Amino acid sequence: MKALRILSRSIRDSFKSVFRNFSLSIASILCTTITLILVAVAIFLSYNVHEVTTTLEHELTIVVYYKQDVTDEQKIELENALKTMDNVDSYETKSKDEWKAEMQKESDTLKTTLDYLEENPLLDSVIVTVKNVSDLSETANRIREFDFVSSAEYGEGMVENVIGIFDAISWGTFGMVIALVLVTAFLISNTIKLTIFSRKTEIEIMRLVGASNSAIKLPFIFEGFILGVFGSIIPILISIYGYVLLYNKTGGYVFTKIITLVEPFPFVIILALILLLIGSLVGMFGSWRAVRKYLKI
Amino acid sequence: MKLIKVEHAYKIYKNGTTAIADLSVTIDKGEFVFVIGSTGSGKSTFIKMLYREEKPTRGKVIVGGIDVAKLRNSKVYKLRRKLGVVFQDFKLLPKLNVYENVAFALETLGLPNNEIRPKVLRAIEAVGLKEKTRNLPSELSGGEQQRVAIARALANDPKLLICDEPTGNLDPDTSKEIMKILDSINRTMGTTIIMATHDKDLVNRMKKRVLVIEDGVLASDVKKGSYKVHESVKDSK
Ligand SMILES: Nc1ncnc2c1ncn2[C@@H]1O[C@H](COP(=O)(O)OP(=O)(O)O)[C@@H](O)[C@H]1O
Ligand SMILES: [Mg+2]
Repeated sequence: MKALRILSRSIRDSFKSVFRNFSLSIASILCTTITLILVAVAIFLSYNVHEVTTTLEHELTIVVYYKQDVTDEQKIELENALKTMDNVDSYETKSKDEWKAEMQKESDTLKTTLDYLEENPLLDSVIVTVKNVSDLSETANRIREFDFVSSAEYGEGMVENVIGIFDAISWGTFGMVIALVLVTAFLISNTIKLTIFSRKTEIEIMRLVGASNSAIKLPFIFEGFILGVFGSIIPILISIYGYVLLYNKTGGYVFTKIITLVEPFPFVIILALILLLIGSLVGMFGSWRAVRKYLKI
Repeated sequence: MKLIKVEHAYKIYKNGTTAIADLSVTIDKGEFVFVIGSTGSGKSTFIKMLYREEKPTRGKVIVGGIDVAKLRNSKVYKLRRKLGVVFQDFKLLPKLNVYENVAFALETLGLPNNEIRPKVLRAIEAVGLKEKTRNLPSELSGGEQQRVAIARALANDPKLLICDEPTGNLDPDTSKEIMKILDSINRTMGTTIIMATHDKDLVNRMKKRVLVIEDGVLASDVKKGSYKVHESVKDSK
């Protein structure tokens, strides 16, 4: 009961203090907001890029086209060769007639064009799924050595590039987040420091009449907590609404299926909780630092 | 019954100043004791050791059964709850009115509101400020502000009231008023009062026990005495 009263008093005092030092509080809150937005971006990228990587690794394929005059023996020769390649996970043949049927299904214009042509202009093909992304080009080159193969195509450098870019972005963001977290903690610590100075008499009286150390320190810790929580409100709203909007607008695919967005729920809820947690922890860390340094009891 | 027991206490500050040297004294429950001495003689240092604002460098200081020298920082509040302290500057919170200033002390201790109210009103009444409950400190005279500080120190019914030059900022008439209040608190509530001052006239009028501190040493301890008596004793030595 008594602890509860001291707690509620501390919270009341902290709120008062946040509004008393309004401009400083706003600065701390804004800094927290910017930091957390970046945290959200970093989490968004790293989570979804992870999805890209796994998706790519599962679905990575080389599309092999035979030359027009390929014979059945030659096709069997390639298939046998594929079976001996370590990096080949599986393959699937797709004849020019299957391609034609598929294309005709997709578009009316194509249907009439292809129907108009007497001979099927498309090529027979094999779709090869590889085990390992990094050995992709080597496998493609080995397939190209067969002179009845017209082409063996994959995403070329694109796949690696996309992963590399996202990696760089998420590392860069991570670094910035760390720097901003430190700046924020420092700013909050500074705000609390000024609060401590402005309430010197109050603290002195509290010590004198026998308030316990925790009763004296709690209001300041709470103040940092409140600043952190206030700072996380906007990032949380942006994350939830922004992600759901992006997901609905794109149908979950960004950059033509290269990034597959994870389902909004529970992802955004977890994201929101992480932001709230980081915000409040940074706030409390900042105030704890100030209390330790400037509130000598 | 002994409320305070000081045995061979020394206080040597970090800069090497010996503020209190080999001081021994005991004070009973319910006593009214003056601590007199010129500025810099060590009165405040002696008093600070009683409420553990300073730790004795050597020797024993026991207040209400608590060994002050051994008290850990985190446990100081236990000692503070047994006593009240009043200073020359009143240390009131300027934005709080009389009632709130007194209630503040009890709120920080986590007392429930229904206990705070009667205690605050009783303390305010004891210092004769019933009519000014809602006034801000800036609307009060110096004497009235000091009475608020006394009420705050008294609110939690401490056994011991420590006053460091409570009349130092007040004119002689107002000082008399404060002394009257302290005397009545001592008589009616049985609160032990220790008051440091350098005002000889005031001490002489009151006819209470007087501890004389000179250069950090307890020069004399006069029961029901006065500073003059002490000086004549010293002269005859
Ligand atoms: N915190 C301190 N550090 C160093 N010296 C101090 C400190 N406080 C007081 N003193 C010295 O101790 C002596 C006694 O001071 P004090 O107890 O304040 O005397 P009084 O209250 O009788 O005026 C003085 O010489 C003073 O300068
Ligand atoms: Mg003094």
